[in-house]
Amino acid sequence: MYDFAYHKPSTVADAVKLLADPDAKAISGGHTLLPALKHRLNKPTALVDLSGIAELRGIRREGNAVVIGALAKHAEVAASAEVAAAIPALAFMADHIGDVQVRNRGTIGGSVSNNDPAADYPAAVLGLGATIRTSKREIAADDFFLGMFTTALEPDEILTAISFPIPEKAGYAKMRNPASRYVMAGAFVSKGPQGVRVAITGAGPCVFRQADMEAALAANWSADAVAGIKQAPDDLNSDIHGSAEYRAHLVTVMAKRAVANAG
Amino acid sequence: MNVVTPFEGIGASVRRKEDFRFLQGKGNYTDDLNRPGQTHAWILRSPHAHAKIRGVDIAAAKAMPGVHGIFTGADTEAAGLGGLPCGWQIHSKDGTPMAEPPHPVLAFERVRHVGDPVAIVVAETRSQARDAAEAIIVDYEPLPAAPSLEQAQAAGATPIHEGVAGNICYDWHIGDKAVVDAAFAAAHRTVALDLVNNRLVPNAMEPRAAVGEFDRFTGDYTLYTTSQNPHVIRLLMAANVLKLPESKVRVVAPDVGGGFGSKIYHYAEEALVTWASAQVGRPVKWTADRTEAFMSDAHGRDHISRAEFAFDKDGRILALRVATQANMGAYLSTFAPCVPTYLYATLLAGVYTTPVIYAEVKAVFTNTVPVDAYRGAGRPEATYLLERLMDVAARELGIDRVELRRRNFIPADAFPYQTPVALQYDSGDYQSTLNECLRVADWAGFEARRAEAAARGKLRGIGISTYLEACGIAPSAVVGSLGARAGLYEVGTIRVHPTGSITVLTGSHSHGQGHETTFAQLVSDKLGVPVAQVDIVHGDTAKVPFGMGTYGSRSLAVGGSAMMKAMDKIIAKGKRIAAHLMEASVEDIEFDRGTFRVAGTDRTKALVDISVAAYVPHNYPIEELEPGLEETAFYDPKNFTYPGGCHIAEVEIDRETGKVDLVNFTAVDDVGRVINPMIVEGQVQGGVAQGVGQALLESCIYDADGQLVSGSMMDYTMPRADDLPPVGVATHTTLCTHNPLGVKGCGEVGAIGSPPAVINAVVDALRDFDVRHIEMPATAAKIWQIINGSHGKAAA
Ligand SMILES: Cc1cc2nc3c(=O)[nH]c(=O)nc-3n(C[C@H](O)[C@H](O)[C@H](O)COP(=O)(O)OP(=O)(O)OC[C@H]3O[C@@H](n4cnc5c(N)ncnc54)[C@H](O)[C@@H]3O)c2cc1C
Repeated sequence: MYDFAYHKPSTVADAVKLLADPDAKAISGGHTLLPALKHRLNKPTALVDLSGIAELRGIRREGNAVVIGALAKHAEVAASAEVAAAIPALAFMADHIGDVQVRNRGTIGGSVSNNDPAADYPAAVLGLGATIRTSKREIAADDFFLGMFTTALEPDEILTAISFPIPEKAGYAKMRNPASRYVMAGAFVSKGPQGVRVAITGAGPCVFRQADMEAALAANWSADAVAGIKQAPDDLNSDIHGSAEYRAHLVTVMAKRAVANAG
Repeated sequence: MNVVTPFEGIGASVRRKEDFRFLQGKGNYTDDLNRPGQTHAWILRSPHAHAKIRGVDIAAAKAMPGVHGIFTGADTEAAGLGGLPCGWQIHSKDGTPMAEPPHPVLAFERVRHVGDPVAIVVAETRSQARDAAEAIIVDYEPLPAAPSLEQAQAAGATPIHEGVAGNICYDWHIGDKAVVDAAFAAAHRTVALDLVNNRLVPNAMEPRAAVGEFDRFTGDYTLYTTSQNPHVIRLLMAANVLKLPESKVRVVAPDVGGGFGSKIYHYAEEALVTWASAQVGRPVKWTADRTEAFMSDAHGRDHISRAEFAFDKDGRILALRVATQANMGAYLSTFAPCVPTYLYATLLAGVYTTPVIYAEVKAVFTNTVPVDAYRGAGRPEATYLLERLMDVAARELGIDRVELRRRNFIPADAFPYQTPVALQYDSGDYQSTLNECLRVADWAGFEARRAEAAARGKLRGIGISTYLEACGIAPSAVVGSLGARAGLYEVGTIRVHPTGSITVLTGSHSHGQGHETTFAQLVSDKLGVPVAQVDIVHGDTAKVPFGMGTYGSRSLAVGGSAMMKAMDKIIAKGKRIAAHLMEASVEDIEFDRGTFRVAGTDRTKALVDISVAAYVPHNYPIEELEPGLEETAFYDPKNFTYPGGCHIAEVEIDRETGKVDLVNFTAVDDVGRVINPMIVEGQVQGGVAQGVGQALLESCIYDADGQLVSGSMMDYTMPRADDLPPVGVATHTTLCTHNPLGVKGCGEVGAIGSPPAVINAVVDALRDFDVRHIEMPATAAKIWQIINGSHGKAAA
């Protein structure tokens, strides 16, 4: 990696100040950023380590929502009694990200800010209609994920927490990429205060909602309702691990399984 | 002085001595070594698959902080460094020697694959070396690239090496074509299959590393390197590349974290750091990162073949005809030419009585990383071809696949058995390994398991492979006549210390195999010394006599045999000393596990009494016998060894996603005498993991421009623990008849026998679909395409 300055602020306000430098970068778990630095794909002037900011921690119930601080590690979400009681599908999803090491380092804030097209969390955030809280504002999930590795966050804006409305039902299913074990196609489905939602990750360049499946599930919440709905392969990813057609097929299979998992 | 210890000799599952070190993080790997004054190297590599180098501008880079030296191909040419040599010469059908183009240590005028080294930068820190490497400006003129066999052989393909027509390295054959063609013409039935043996990246856990150190006072060079065979590296590097007397060069291969063949070869970086250390006057360390490993470690396999069996009306094989194209990569790696020839085509009889065989092999240069031996080397390719063809034949002839194999087995009473492709098998019992494997895997109960799986929506299949391999390489004169430029004996020294502990020096090298334990058991068994008092020394040319290293499952069969020979010498000398001490005649002295006895009496001397007398020769036959108790033996094997056996795989396929799960795997192997059953089991399991990786997961992919698409763990699928079921390992022994231990070898059997068993199981799982063959790796996407493409053909 290239040399960089290192800062460890203890408040969001200080972190935001440090991020005023357009070439500085926030770091949370570092499980995405550090490999990129080691490969010299990124040359920040400074790293602003968020891990010392207490206000970014914690998982708590706020009314009809579960609010998860940006620094919550995947393993913490997976093990949280609060999450398990309110949104078991979210705990299940967190428990199936990467491997043990990844789950003990990677954070929800890092994952959602990064918006890797093959990541798990964006499906849950979009599929539950969550609200992203930042150092500046609140952003609805529907307005947050803009494209591959692109979000509504501004360079000096820090994701502080995510508020997940508690659904009546929710389920998640995914097919892993055999090599990276990231998501090849995954579906997060839910029914609740945000309506019926089907969010698809891994298959395309960015997480997206599957409107046909949402309509079908709104009419009849059952695996059978989505079994016959085909996802168009246009605009889906195609690579050595699977064609767009294969991913399109998996979208249907995973949606079906997600509904089955939701019960 | 009899110490009571648990039995630790031949046949005991002694826990691996070396694991105490490894499991505590106390291994001593090349990258752990830091020499006083050490500098660091970064290798600048080609981003192009094929390009002319019009110029290299190092001016800016040289001025960067910490830089001690930058060397390019022009510098190594000017210094008179030789290219990397090839250790095996093949002759084509027409008698001409293979094309053997130069393989410079730094690309000179042309780069031929992504990752080809272009310059070495030596700096105070690794980061500074890398910074400077980024500042080097190379003026490339891209040339059309030919990464695939098809592209390289296409009419009008750009020659990768000057003077190598059609990019053909050699066009070799074995067997009598006319006789085989006649057998085909007269056959009752013939069965043909086209198949690909997928290219693999070895991916040892420890990436390659090298530290070069020049001593300006003595003029000696030391190279610490991740090698399976330090003496071979010293010979090739000193004699061919650096042109130094071997006496001035020491090569040390300390703990090595896996090799699988990829650390046999002499690599450019080894010579570069050694040479550069004299240029900059400081030790130079280089450690590959994983990205470099992908683009610079020799790859494995990469064959395209057409295979045909001719059968008589009873399903007996009359002949086998094979045409193979082998991808050599951009240059010839150290042993590359022998892999698709003498380690492959000579194995095409397998376990069958095929009377006549003809195989032709075209080796082709391409714009890819050089290809060389990878666990099994040639034998997995032969086994995969035979065992897939066998299954296809069984189906098309309407004969049960187990029965068809049995009908063609070489019978247990037919040994020694001469095959039509040069090898003479000494022993084996294929019906027994098959029967045992069928029993352990509950072959008979499979249909019930398939029905049960179907009820869960899964397609279940079972597959078998009955295989044989040749290892324990190799008789020197035989390999010499086949083109080897080296002998393949091994050396062993037994040093009995005055107080009775023992040091064993071996020319073989351990990089995961557990030699420190297995070899100590041999000595313990024969000389009656506890394993804890036997130390195995390997991997240092300054300590060990000239040995050939570890590959081809040769360490025990050849290296262990050398130790046995040396121990025989120790015992012979010990008897003379014992006779003197006990005032008896030498003929009357018997030796058994540490005790010398005057036959028929209770007069005895322990080995330690003899060693004390040998080193403190106060009462000693000094007129007739030299003091000391140390013996060295070189052992040259009389033949290859021939492990074989049966593997059975059982898979379940998720019909919606196409994902294949390996649910059962059973291996029953004949590896000859087993010294340490636990280590054998581990070796077989590791081999099976790599075989399963090849069958289901791994695939090295270049795009049409020669860019390495599967260039990291994000895209190259290594097998993980959860890809594997518990692997049932059993052995059924027939002894090797020509080495003193009766051992055959177990390092490669797992990787050789397993891939066809897995693919046969996958094809079987899809028996209701119209599938004749599936290329490796059988990924979910591929299976889904088959299931999807044959909609309607199968009853749901
Ligand atoms: C081997 C491996 C396997 C993995 N497998 C999976 C998988 O299967 N599924 C999956 O979903 N993920 C997977 N991941 C990713 C991992 O789970 C993390 O989610 C991911 O690395 C991002 O989290 P982080 O805390 O590590 O972020 P970092 O690497 O610290 O940061 C990532 C990016 O987000 C920015 N950032 C970080 N925190 C904030 C914040 N609070 N506000 C604004 N910007 C911020 C950083 O500047 C950076 O650009 C894997 C990672 C590895 C290394």
